[in-house]
Amino acid sequence: MIRFLLKGLLRDRSRSLFPVLSVSLGVAITVLLHGWLNGVQQMMIDTNARFQTGFVRVMSQAYAENEDILPNDLALLHSDSVLQDLHSRFPDWNWHPRIRFGGLIDVPDNLGETRAQTSVLGWGLELLHPTLPAAGEYYTSEKAIFNFEPAMVAGHLPEKPGQVLLSYLLAEDLALQPGDTVTIIGSTMYAGMAVQNFTVAGFVRFGIQALDRRVLIADLADVQYALDMENAVGEIFGYPGDALFIGDSLRAMAGRYNNSQPQDNPFRPMLVALPDQMGLDQLLDIYDIFSFVIIFIFLLVMSIVLWNAGLMSGIRRYGEIGVRLAIGESHGTIYKHMLYEAGLIGIIGSVSGTLLGLSAAWYLQTYGIDISAFMKNTPMMIQDIVRARITRFSFIIGFIPGTGATILGAAISGLGIYRRQTAQLFKELET
Amino acid sequence: MNQNNVIIQLENVVKDYRIGSGYFRALKDFSISFGHGEFAGFIGPSGSGKTTALNIIGSLDQPSSGTCLVLGENISTISHRQAANLRNHQIGFIFQTYNLLPVYTVYENVEFPLLLLGLSDTGRKKMITEALEMVGLTDKIDSRPAQLSGGQAQRVAIARAIVKKPALILADEPTANLDVKNSHNILELMVKLNRELGSTFVFSTHDPKVISYLQRIIRLEDGRIVSDQPQKQEL
Repeated sequence: MIRFLLKGLLRDRSRSLFPVLSVSLGVAITVLLHGWLNGVQQMMIDTNARFQTGFVRVMSQAYAENEDILPNDLALLHSDSVLQDLHSRFPDWNWHPRIRFGGLIDVPDNLGETRAQTSVLGWGLELLHPTLPAAGEYYTSEKAIFNFEPAMVAGHLPEKPGQVLLSYLLAEDLALQPGDTVTIIGSTMYAGMAVQNFTVAGFVRFGIQALDRRVLIADLADVQYALDMENAVGEIFGYPGDALFIGDSLRAMAGRYNNSQPQDNPFRPMLVALPDQMGLDQLLDIYDIFSFVIIFIFLLVMSIVLWNAGLMSGIRRYGEIGVRLAIGESHGTIYKHMLYEAGLIGIIGSVSGTLLGLSAAWYLQTYGIDISAFMKNTPMMIQDIVRARITRFSFIIGFIPGTGATILGAAISGLGIYRRQTAQLFKELET
Repeated sequence: MNQNNVIIQLENVVKDYRIGSGYFRALKDFSISFGHGEFAGFIGPSGSGKTTALNIIGSLDQPSSGTCLVLGENISTISHRQAANLRNHQIGFIFQTYNLLPVYTVYENVEFPLLLLGLSDTGRKKMITEALEMVGLTDKIDSRPAQLSGGQAQRVAIARAIVKKPALILADEPTANLDVKNSHNILELMVKLNRELGSTFVFSTHDPKVISYLQRIIRLEDGRIVSDQPQKQEL
């Protein structure tokens, strides 16, 4: 009997092919949408972690309280020992000291007079001599974190002290070439004036408009020398060595570390978890809510569409059901067969739709979509290429509308079998 | 009629259909019986209650009051499952619009009632072949309903109704969509099957061609039986 019914299902395209196609399409869109929203969220976390917050970040408490103005006069002193301490307490983590500073870049002409001048955001990174060996597989060095190799658009990475990288838009604005000399004018840790010449080693393009417009990157030791910050750093960025994780485990780690520090010293090292930095926690919460609302509305709409399709299919078949009842099939058996059929359509549609949606999501995960045209004037840390992200949930989310709603539609429309008089089904068949 | 021979007995049957806040009484104090092997029919104008009577006898509908016994089952109190079982084993239906399942072949349409009976492949094949031979459609077994003429489609419907050799065959306006020649062919076939199978045939019709073949004519008007006579007296 089941074989007989399957035969009919396969032959009747309005009951098999078209419902499967509509379920597939709905499920594919659901999976893709979920993957896309997930990817955007992950990109926000990852970009912030790489450039601004780390997964955890250690600063002096006083620095942390004023970090918006990059207060290097409140920097962490004895950074070597702080780093050693972090490494011994959290050996699976990679720790990268950085100095961020604001300053002016001055470009001289042939006579040594100022040809161009503008403000820059400077970064001192361990490019030449890492303090600590890498722990684990991920975020092993600043070169890996900043992904310099593909980001280089001209020249090369600093190979010796006194060399800097510039973001390519800044270099274009100042009409600089690799090998040119620039002067950085800033403020030392002790509020004195810092003036230091550097040679431009190359230009980088991170694909983040906020960085590509005005960033200068030098070796940490050079910046320490220029800003008179011997054995001092603004921040120490922490990255997990073996996996990517966020959330409460980071907060617990921060709690343990901070409780072990002397509470009465305003310059004590303070470890801050990623979710607690720059309002990221609230931002992610809002994003989660928006994502949930979007996904929920979409799931609801898809469910209603597929439910309606199941409903229409059931109503369209009242006549056939009437014949089957007349021939001697029971109400319950027909109802059960309708549910099996809807389940089969739903599962096939959900599987094919999930594969389709995952393929599209994989494409967007691999190649992404270039949104740089929309991000030219934004100060936000958002990459130019936005990608989808496939998670374990991506494999199952499509089954909610795909299978659930289809079966529900069939179940509700099938109730008509019970509600209507059998003879009435014949009248519907004959009209 | 010999009481032991009776397979259908309706006594004081009333059937009401709800229409808005009121109701329409389709059958009024309706009493009749049919014996084994009869070839009889309800005739009368539209709305006289022919199809309603047929639906109740076929356990597709239940009376609002009164008693309806069909092959030992009380249709007034029967459950959905029992009614399905009765139709499955004992009743064949022939409809005005054939009501073949369009996605299945002729063979499969005739096979469907046998699948419900749970018969083996071999048993089914033998019975289907016999039924299609009786209606003269063995050369069309792989055709779909859409590929058949009206007469051929009605023959398939008849084959489907008789394949399980039911005790009772109910035919609702079976020739309404057929031309004169096909109507006579179908009716002659039914007469032949009535003789060979011994099944009781009950028609609902107002087609003079059908009426001319009936051995017993029950004339209905306004939900009541106004006459019930053998063919010769009717004519």
